Amino acid sequence: MSLLQVKGVTKSFGAIKVLSGVDLIIEAGTVTGLVGDNGAGKSTLMKTITGIYAVDEGEILLSGEVINGLSPGARRQKGIEMIYQDLALAKQQDVAANIFLGREPVKRAFGILPGYVDKAKMDTEAQKMIDRLGARIPSIHRPVGMFSGGQQQTVAIARALTFNPKLVIMDEPTAALAVREVESVLKLIRQLRDEGIAVVLISHRLNDVFEVTDRIVVLRQGRIEADLPTQKTQMREVVSYIVGAH
Amino acid sequence: MAAEQTLAQGDSWRRLQFFFDTKLHLRLESLIVLAALCLALSFLSPYFLSVSNFLNILLATTTIGILAVAATLILSSAGLDLSIGSVMALSGVVGAYFCVVLEWPWFMAIIGALGTGALAGAINGQIITRTQIPAFIVTLGMLGIARGLSFIIAPNGGAIYGLPPAVIYLGQGRPFGIPTPVIILAAAAIAAHYVLAYSRFGRHTLAMGDSDNAARATGIPVERLRRKLYTTSGALAGLAGLVFMARVNAGDPVAGINYELAAITAAIIGGTSLFGGKGSILGAMVGALIMGVLQNGLNLIGVQSYFQQVAIGAVLILAVWIDQLQSAKERKA
Repeated sequence: MSLLQVKGVTKSFGAIKVLSGVDLIIEAGTVTGLVGDNGAGKSTLMKTITGIYAVDEGEILLSGEVINGLSPGARRQKGIEMIYQDLALAKQQDVAANIFLGREPVKRAFGILPGYVDKAKMDTEAQKMIDRLGARIPSIHRPVGMFSGGQQQTVAIARALTFNPKLVIMDEPTAALAVREVESVLKLIRQLRDEGIAVVLISHRLNDVFEVTDRIVVLRQGRIEADLPTQKTQMREVVSYIVGAH
Repeated sequence: MAAEQTLAQGDSWRRLQFFFDTKLHLRLESLIVLAALCLALSFLSPYFLSVSNFLNILLATTTIGILAVAATLILSSAGLDLSIGSVMALSGVVGAYFCVVLEWPWFMAIIGALGTGALAGAINGQIITRTQIPAFIVTLGMLGIARGLSFIIAPNGGAIYGLPPAVIYLGQGRPFGIPTPVIILAAAAIAAHYVLAYSRFGRHTLAMGDSDNAARATGIPVERLRRKLYTTSGALAGLAGLVFMARVNAGDPVAGINYELAAITAAIIGGTSLFGGKGSILGAMVGALIMGVLQNGLNLIGVQSYFQQVAIGAVLILAVWIDQLQSAKERKA
């Protein structure tokens, strides 16, 4: 069974129809590139999968189960994670607070008193995750707003990977990064695929998309324009689908 | 003087600062300002440094203190509740109306006051989360509505006197020599500090105040959280109304005018950000005490009350300025 199935999804904002009947299937252990012009509906489509937007019509299934009615929090719990283009970090909170945002471990003194957030555990786990990503961060006790763009990106990635996700959606994860940092993100994507995790990569940088994906899906004006195996296509063909000249 | 000694040893000073910040969620600087103020005033007035005067200050701080707890919770979430002063008056009037005019049993004063506050807060929360109207407008509207209703409910718009002794005890009792309102404030502040600094509810409040986007993306139910916060703020205003009513033995429709601004001032002096993401209940208590000590001390040394307003205004601006310098330094480090 496919990990994720999107069936006939439509979504409008007021009079503007952003998605008009999108069908998409994502398999576990694959990397799918999602490309398209600005306003093609890439981010909107992904946000209907994470639950930030409710769909107007259509169904979204995770491992065969309809998840339309679930909140973003419940979908995260089922293993759908997204790294947003704006990173969606709480800038005045520290690294551990951001990685565990919405899922803070709770401890109870004597088992009865009201629960308190287990900060010590959060700090240890956060440090472990940052180390696993091989990132350099001055101190996990600092507010993330004090870090560079690449370091903030690392925190956002760490947040998406800490709770054993099944599907990780990355919206322009390399847009703000230096060359060396881009390399490590691409390496990470391959590593995730090898662990059996499905990755959806939204990117304008077609070089990155060609380097790391198994398949490229082109979205145009709210519809799937093309669905191509990366091995059997070329940059020229993908671009012509993006601009609608195919 | 103790401060100067630690300043000389920069490292241990910074460690102390870090401890206060991360473990107690309290800015060390605000505590030092309070201590310095107390020290200066005890030299200037022979009456300042005594247990009874200290209890006086605490007692005078209770109403603003309870409202400052509400203001801190709301500001931390990047919200604003301008209605707490008026809701406090309405809660007191309703409580007094229940047990004086309607002659219901004494505990109905408590239920009436807390219930009225919570209801007003819940209405604020519902309107703010279900419409696009900014919190500033909604709570400004509630400020007017609650004040107007207080005058409408109170017979002839005057205060309702003659509360039952059990209620008066909440304002004038002294178990173990400590005024009841001080105990109530301490309990409310400790509970709220625990919630804001150590619970998931508190962390989500700060995260939401920091970035609504981040809170939403991580699945925090922001609208529900916001409704809970405004209801809590209203309930705390109701508690302040109850305590004030019991202390002056009257449900008074003119109670708490401009108290919302004093409460916000206390919160901000204590290190809470007006724009959300940063808040400390202990800090707000220190802020409220700085204001209380200033008022009391300047009274004792015979300074006109207008100068007290000038002093508190200056302290507010100074506190935020120091805070900004501090963050600028941290960013460089």
